[in-house]
Amino acid sequence: MKKAQEHTAPKKYGMVIDLDKCTGCGACMAACMAENNVPFREDETDKNLSITWLRVYKLTNGKKFPNADVCYLPRPCMHCEGHHGHSPCVSVCPATATDYSYDTGIVSQIYTRCFGCRYCMAACPYHVRYFNWWDPVWPEGMEKMLSPNVSVRTRGVVEKCSFCFHRYQIAMEKVRYEGRAELAEDEYQTACTQACPANAITFGDLNNHDHAVYKLKTHPDAFRLLERLGTNPKVYYISSREWVRRQGDNYLENEGKVVAKAH
Amino acid sequence: MDTALIPEGRKRCPLWQFVLFIAVVGAVLLWGVYAMILCWLKGLNQTNMNNAYGFALWIWADLAVIALGGGAFFSGFLKYIIGKDELKNLINYAVIIGFICYSSALLILAIDIGQPLRGWFIFWHANVHSMLTEVAFCLSCYFAVLTIEFIPLILENRQIDKVRFFHNLSHNMHHIMAVFAATGAFLSFFHQGSLGGVAGVLFARPFGFREGVLIWPWTFFLFTWSAAACGPCFTILITKITEKVTRKKLVKDNVIELLAKISGWMLLTYIVAKIIDTWYWAVVTAPEAGFTMMDFYSNNPLYGLWILFLEIVLGGIVPALILITPAGRKNKATLLLATVLAVIGVCVNRWVMVLQVLAVPVMPFESWFMYAPSWQEVATTILPLAYGAILIAIAHRYLPIFPQEPELNPVEQQAG
Amino acid sequence: MFPFSFEWIWDMSHMVFHGGLWYALSIIGLGMTYCILKSVVDTVQGKGGDGHH
Repeated sequence: MKKAQEHTAPKKYGMVIDLDKCTGCGACMAACMAENNVPFREDETDKNLSITWLRVYKLTNGKKFPNADVCYLPRPCMHCEGHHGHSPCVSVCPATATDYSYDTGIVSQIYTRCFGCRYCMAACPYHVRYFNWWDPVWPEGMEKMLSPNVSVRTRGVVEKCSFCFHRYQIAMEKVRYEGRAELAEDEYQTACTQACPANAITFGDLNNHDHAVYKLKTHPDAFRLLERLGTNPKVYYISSREWVRRQGDNYLENEGKVVAKAH
Repeated sequence: MDTALIPEGRKRCPLWQFVLFIAVVGAVLLWGVYAMILCWLKGLNQTNMNNAYGFALWIWADLAVIALGGGAFFSGFLKYIIGKDELKNLINYAVIIGFICYSSALLILAIDIGQPLRGWFIFWHANVHSMLTEVAFCLSCYFAVLTIEFIPLILENRQIDKVRFFHNLSHNMHHIMAVFAATGAFLSFFHQGSLGGVAGVLFARPFGFREGVLIWPWTFFLFTWSAAACGPCFTILITKITEKVTRKKLVKDNVIELLAKISGWMLLTYIVAKIIDTWYWAVVTAPEAGFTMMDFYSNNPLYGLWILFLEIVLGGIVPALILITPAGRKNKATLLLATVLAVIGVCVNRWVMVLQVLAVPVMPFESWFMYAPSWQEVATTILPLAYGAILIAIAHRYLPIFPQEPELNPVEQQAG
Repeated sequence: MFPFSFEWIWDMSHMVFHGGLWYALSIIGLGMTYCILKSVVDTVQGKGGDGHH
């Protein structure tokens, strides 16, 4: 298995989300919950206690009618590369329970290794890491509908979006079985990407010239969240609206207009 | 009834008074133990922590008690390495206070982690690049050192000392205590610093992040420095409280004043470094991330510039100036005030470096995250205080902690 | 923590970190072993009667 991986070029999976297309319907969130056996509680009023690997934020431009504008921003794990894989969360985990893969660019979480210190949560500025404050309890009969490809997490450990890594593993098994070296773009797609009715999410290998994300990330209106902090995220957003792009990062008052950066 | 256990030449309160004290404080302890058991059995949903506050009251308490327990390593360093021999009259108590602080910190950590039974993973699967790993290793090792420093004291109990092996063991441990103290100082310099590094390395959390040298952010050095400055203040404060409770003078003024003077100079130099650090962070580090300093101190119900004033001016400059002035440290009231302010200062510093780091919104479309602890968190944080009071009471009653006590409080009918 | 753990890498950071750790542990361990053994020998030799040290 390892040998086959060595023969393929390192990938850097990432996402480009077109915020002008996103309607905020939440299908991506629902698909993610179902795909990854994400637990939920009867009362989800307190969103700071909910587990939402992919969370859709509502952004407003703060203006009044008729200039009021709204934007929905889906936020999965950014799978930060940081500086040479030095992502904020991976470097701080004391028990090596989270890892940056140089083969895929995916930040993994090893649930059976995590002992729940929550240092990674403190390190992540995107709030993509969630703690299991309770043991998961599924409504009667629902446990039979859980995905067999994703392990259910116990109380007391941290979990987060994995870019549906199990799908990558299944796809790679097929590739190896068929004796191929490379994975085609459509063979590995995340659940949220496929569920989005507006096709706002595009997923693929950011290193691969043939993948759509390779071109999209260089779109003049593309930006990443909190780039200035040096997290080097692998999720890109596109918006034609300047106020939306400006909410992607923190700027001092005198810093003027946001100019999309070359990547 | 327990006269045979009380050290010779020392007067203690009647047994009923002692038992009553233990019972009252013990009730508080049991309350804390109940909350602790709830957390272990039902999980961390018993707390008010949430996904925005992965660290909260407990981690602050950990950082605070470890800073306050710094009196043990720094007094040990001054006595055994620098050669300030007068401190032998206070070192025993500094060790006991340190022991209480560090055992409390370990206990709180054991409650704080989501999977306590996997706690050993931090050692076994150690990620050497994590500040928390360094904390765990050095903290555990230093706790072992503190235990080793505490053992000879226990062995000096009148009855235990009669056993020849224990007498010899105590003697031999005293004999090489400098080696243990030096190891303790080495470990402490690192873990106090690593605790500072915990927030300082969070490059995606602009309130906590600091630049630094090699792998260590400036907070690494500032935490060690502040613990060395404020830990001894806490030792002095607890000694003064003990003197008040026992209605006896236990340590001569010249010993207290020496430690207070050193502490004052440490605090003054620390606070100068802290001001430089804060200034550089405010005008260089934070703006590079797109933040002005006032972004961190406005638009929220709690964190304002007052907290910076409380930490740096009231909890730093004022006590430092009192302690470096001979008149300031000789006057009992100002000495006490200075130690209290220094303790508050270092506790506020630990608070902001844990809680405020998480409270500040980093994504522009988010707002401040506020938090109030649950009763279970409060009870488990008070638990170490009760445990500390009980341990001090027992240790003071049955062990000769203060070498100057017989001289300062001569007992008339010593023969009995 | 140990070279046989699969996380272990023979790089500078592991060697510095664990070097410091095992150095401290060795001093603590050897120091206590010395104290206990010497105390056993002293006790067997009849030292440490009612006197004070």
